Amino acid sequence: MADIPADQSAGIMRAADGRPLKVALARAQTRARRRAFLLVAPLLFFVLVTFVVPIGQMLHRSVHNPTFVDNMPQVAAWFRDTPAGTEPDEAALAALIAYLAAAAEARTIGAVGTRVNYEMQGTRSLFTAAGRRAGRLEAPYREALLDIDAKWGDPALWSTMRQVSTAYTANFYLAAVDRTRDLDGSVTRVAPDRAVYLTLFQRTFLLSALITFLCLLLGFPIAHLLATLPLRYSNLLMILVLLPFWTSLLVRTTAWMVILQGQGVLNNALVSLGIIGDTGRVELMYNQAGTVIAMTHILLPFMVLPLYSVMRTINPSYVRAARSLGATSWTAFRRVYLPQTLPGIGAGSLLVFILAVGYYITPALVGGASGQLISNLIAFHMQNSLNWSLAAALAALLLAAVLALYWLYDRLVGVDNMKLG
Amino acid sequence: MAVERGDAAFVAFEHVQKSYDGETLVVKDLNLSIGKGEFLTMLGPSGSGKTTCLMMLAGFETATHGEIRLAGRPINNIPPHKRGIGMVFQNYALFPHMTVAENLAFPLQVRNLGKAEIEAKIKRALDMVQMGRFGGRRPAQLSGGQQQRIALARALVFEPELVLMDEPLGALDKQLREHMQFEIKHLHDALGVTVVYVTHDQSEALTMSDRVAVFNDGRIQQLAPPEELYERPANSFVAQFIGENNTLPGTVETIADGACTVRLAGGELIEAVPVNVSAAGERTTVSIRPERVEFKPERLPPGARTVEAEVLEFIYMGDTFRTRMRVAGNDNFVMKCRNSIGQRKLEPGERVAIGWVTPDARALDPH
Repeated sequence: MADIPADQSAGIMRAADGRPLKVALARAQTRARRRAFLLVAPLLFFVLVTFVVPIGQMLHRSVHNPTFVDNMPQVAAWFRDTPAGTEPDEAALAALIAYLAAAAEARTIGAVGTRVNYEMQGTRSLFTAAGRRAGRLEAPYREALLDIDAKWGDPALWSTMRQVSTAYTANFYLAAVDRTRDLDGSVTRVAPDRAVYLTLFQRTFLLSALITFLCLLLGFPIAHLLATLPLRYSNLLMILVLLPFWTSLLVRTTAWMVILQGQGVLNNALVSLGIIGDTGRVELMYNQAGTVIAMTHILLPFMVLPLYSVMRTINPSYVRAARSLGATSWTAFRRVYLPQTLPGIGAGSLLVFILAVGYYITPALVGGASGQLISNLIAFHMQNSLNWSLAAALAALLLAAVLALYWLYDRLVGVDNMKLG
Repeated sequence: MAVERGDAAFVAFEHVQKSYDGETLVVKDLNLSIGKGEFLTMLGPSGSGKTTCLMMLAGFETATHGEIRLAGRPINNIPPHKRGIGMVFQNYALFPHMTVAENLAFPLQVRNLGKAEIEAKIKRALDMVQMGRFGGRRPAQLSGGQQQRIALARALVFEPELVLMDEPLGALDKQLREHMQFEIKHLHDALGVTVVYVTHDQSEALTMSDRVAVFNDGRIQQLAPPEELYERPANSFVAQFIGENNTLPGTVETIADGACTVRLAGGELIEAVPVNVSAAGERTTVSIRPERVEFKPERLPPGARTVEAEVLEFIYMGDTFRTRMRVAGNDNFVMKCRNSIGQRKLEPGERVAIGWVTPDARALDPH
């Protein structure tokens, strides 16, 4: 200790030149730290621009839709200033009609109508029709509007308009879990024939769990073979496992369509072998079976690789030790080998499940109506109904579910124990 | 090599052969019987077949030909878990997901023992290796030596009559290894179990074993107690493999009544004990241990033949001096002297006459 200059009275370690050791250390490491940061800065920037910002925007959009308030600020202000259930007065109606006329002129009337239509079906035409005639309307406006369409007197319509008049709303999340607001604004279930999302979420998670289980069942023996075979055989097998990775996802899915369809390879083979009759062809596609079969195949490598990387590190002497201690091969597997593969099982299952929950292309192509997953509906709202806020809310719920799962996994197994390869 | 046929040997290998690829034999006609309570070490370089023999005994490899018997019962077709043989592995193979106590409980649980009995046995086994307080730890929380002890306790906890050890001390540092050799030997003495021990460390084999089987090229080269192995190696391989060894190639000049004379490459004539030579004119290698070489005439028996040696190098090693010299054309002839009071240090370039007593010079096969 004699050669380390220590300021005993102050209790601070000092470098040879008298500066506190901590300062000297920080200064000495600054350069290295700055250089390390510069090296990762491009990636940081890339991730920020392509990942964090879009996801943030999506999450924002799921609670924020300013179409109404942007196009009809004065009507929105009236809704804000009056309590729920207030009958619209002439001034408010005058403002509404003025904006309807202006919006019709500017051709934005459809946007407002669409926004209201999200919450209450069949109201878009109400707005476009009113917009066409708004310029010619005269007081009393209430009667004039009712004259165009009696629905303008419906309190449900005004309640809905009140709901959409604020830019920030939780209504898209309510819609995403098959809930809506009734006249006095309390949350209720939607009519059973309109409820789609909860069952779809349920189906997505059940099918994903099934696919994960099948992947584990099929992948475990393969991974074990890979880990125990001599290198020259295991390399070949590894190429076979990785081969699907090198093929386009679309090609693989299409190949499954060729195999699974009613007149496809599998059915034809079964028919020609006489196992099934020509009229009894098995429906393996455009239903859940198709989704499960094709997705299990596509996601299998994601199960095999983490399992393999864990199994490779398990010394064969563990099983030998168990056997020499008197365990049958089954006991040795169950009590010694299997527990040591748990990190791989956990990582592989988590990976496959998370990928399956968000899978889109395969169910879209082979899923038919019953094999659709939640991501297909998100895509529908993004591309067809253009209800991006609802799509964002559905996606956010999916994200939250996956994060919850990850948290659960961390609590049960520990993320530190996870091995991805 | 002696095979006690019909002997009530506890473990017996009879004409055992093993091939992995159907082209070469890893073990060639192994005959070995091990007595009950014996500590037998299989010693040899890697690839000599010793570990394969152990694995065949444990049941992890099947013999291609021949019979292995345990307590008179052929065990070739008995699966490993029914053989009741304890085994200590090179990397300990302690189950990482179980605590020490659970590791020890494993062989007892698979034998369906009662809970109280299991606990009593675990406690006794842990106390036996002085690890009584470590039952709740995981293997990763133990040092190498502690893991070694637990592995030992686990192999012994179900009271097998035979324990196999596959280079169990290979991963430990030198000091700990020597300490553990001592402990394993004591456990063996105290419990009276039969131990078959595999190692490539010859000093380990010599300090621990009742008998050592030296393996090379799939065959047992010599099976003997340590002292005999060191003092009277049966062939050149054993002489070279066990301890340090000087070799002097030459030709047998005369041979009679358990003594022979050998003409060395430099023309010198020395006396030796004929081991692997039977007739005059045969090529031979004479083997002499470095510590049996003497350069002070007063310490040699009267009339002993001496050989001219030129000192090439003197190395101070603390407790001993190593002198490398040229003898009969061999530049690597080593003489080891104890660093005793008044011991003379030879200078490089010095010429001395060296000698030894005849029984220490063994005329072996020319390898």
